Amino acid sequence: MSESDLVRDLGRRNFFKTSLGVAALSIAPGFLLFDIAHGKAQPVSNKVRWGMLIDTAQCKEGCNDCVTACNKENGLPSVASATSVQWIRKIELKEASTGRQVSLPMMCQHCEHPPCVDVCPTGASFKREDGIVLVDRHRCIGCRYCMMACPYKARSFVHEPVTDQNPDVPRGKGCVESCTLCVHRIDVGLQPACAESCTNKAILFGDLNDPNSEISKKIRAVTSVQVRADLGLNTGVRYQGL
Amino acid sequence: MQAHPPMYFKNRLYYLLLAVGGLVVMAGLYAVHLMEEHGHVISGMNNQIVWGVPHVFAIFMIVAASGVLNVASIGSVFGKALYKARAPLASLLSIAMLAGGLTVLMLDLGRPDRVIVAATNTNLTSVFAWNVVLYSGMFALVVIYLWTMMERRMNPYTKPAGFAVFAWRFILTTGTGLIFAFLTARQAYGSALLPPMFIVLSFAWGLAVFHLVQTVLYVWNDKVLDTAILSRKKNLLGVFILASLYMVAMYHMTNLYFAQQKAFERFILVDGGIYPNLFWWGYVVLGNLIPLALIYWPGLGKTRSVFAASLMVVLGAFSLLYVFIIGGQAFPLNIFPGYATTSSFGDGQIAAYSPSIYEFLLGFAGLAIAFITTTVSVRVLNFMPQDKHYITD
Repeated sequence: MSESDLVRDLGRRNFFKTSLGVAALSIAPGFLLFDIAHGKAQPVSNKVRWGMLIDTAQCKEGCNDCVTACNKENGLPSVASATSVQWIRKIELKEASTGRQVSLPMMCQHCEHPPCVDVCPTGASFKREDGIVLVDRHRCIGCRYCMMACPYKARSFVHEPVTDQNPDVPRGKGCVESCTLCVHRIDVGLQPACAESCTNKAILFGDLNDPNSEISKKIRAVTSVQVRADLGLNTGVRYQGL
Repeated sequence: MQAHPPMYFKNRLYYLLLAVGGLVVMAGLYAVHLMEEHGHVISGMNNQIVWGVPHVFAIFMIVAASGVLNVASIGSVFGKALYKARAPLASLLSIAMLAGGLTVLMLDLGRPDRVIVAATNTNLTSVFAWNVVLYSGMFALVVIYLWTMMERRMNPYTKPAGFAVFAWRFILTTGTGLIFAFLTARQAYGSALLPPMFIVLSFAWGLAVFHLVQTVLYVWNDKVLDTAILSRKKNLLGVFILASLYMVAMYHMTNLYFAQQKAFERFILVDGGIYPNLFWWGYVVLGNLIPLALIYWPGLGKTRSVFAASLMVVLGAFSLLYVFIIGGQAFPLNIFPGYATTSSFGDGQIAAYSPSIYEFLLGFAGLAIAFITTTVSVRVLNFMPQDKHYITD
């Protein structure tokens, strides 16, 4: 091998080394961010079933803290209208026969047998292994059949272009959406925004499958009901004092 | 000035009709573009009334597209000659209305650009997904059926194709009824009566559309429909009207018997504003009683009366679908039985709905697509019913 060949070879080698280094440096942060963005590496398991117990005796009429927190956390519009997206709403109830008044938050009940998942033509509505019912924003075609099927009116259609999105909660005009149980928070070990914000501690969040969780213990101790239990959907959200 | 032959005016009129149809389609597409650009907020629909006027148009066309094939089935399956002569026209109308109805449904989606997602991702538990298969299958099957009828060498296959279409359209209309029958919690829907009701409604609506088109076609070609044939077909329409009125009555009667459904029935039949008005005046009187009188009243039942009756059946169909689809959603969902409810999301309140011009433009565009398909087809191909010397079946 002549000297000029050797110099050329070394030049090539250096070029490859530098290129590899530059490539590694450019890709590495991407990998890191990908990991951060996707939270835990392990898939969710059906050993867990997330749910809520709402104590209507603690839920105060006129208090909207859970709604405000949900809107802020998920980048939803703060002014309610017939076409605005509302993942959680406060309902004031008055019993027809006795006049007893109850106030409670209503959102996706994260059913075990969700009608929205059954009717969705594309499979955009789906239930995670841990019981959270979600909409795949890339698959939703905006047919609104899930809204017709939901017994709780828990879903909203995005009627207008979306601005000021939370990067953790991507949304889009023309799709249907509903409470995600703040899945992006749950996956990093936090509580849903509504439960965390409730100053009256009316919303208890936890794992329904864990007999030692606070929610399981309380459900065993107090009387609670599922809304429209007659439909047999086995909701993940239960209400106390109804 | 030289006098023009009659064909000259007909040609002019033909192109004028096509131009008008084309303009209506363009206007509809522009409305869709605006709804895409601004979102459905510019439509009258909202989070309570999620299916609006476009669905009324689409479901009418899809149901009528199935029902119009009844004419073909009576010919091919049951071998009745006077219906056999009309099978090609019935098939054409079916394809035309299916195309119009499906276009409206597709363009009203929140994301019509993702229609390929619907075609490639199928959730087997979804009756909507079944309908994607049923509608496209029906389209293909009717095209094949037409081919067997219009291509002489394929004639031997007409009967099996006719049978296949006969079975398929029953399943298809069942599927359309099931869209509503499968809604577990809504007071207006979730009834097993809906699929057979839709099948019977499809007979009346399809035959009414057929009558309308056939009458225009005969006038255009300066022909007169044999009175015996007209009499047969108007009687059939009368029977279908009575049968559909019976099904609708049964649907409401079963609801009226259940205490939990009484408030809903009261809303739809008595004090729901536009809905009881449309139901009684639009559907029962205009869509059923007057057509029945026009068909059966002694001295009536001639070409014009039957044409008017058919037109009224179609208008009645729109009234019924408006009440059924929009009225059914307007009545508040009973989430907490025994409680009066209020919220920022319309709980416990009758939902308001004012259809927008964009929704009507889209609906009429669907009708225009069916109109153009029919008009061009009857001009370039021979869809005129060819009655042999009248043969009693």
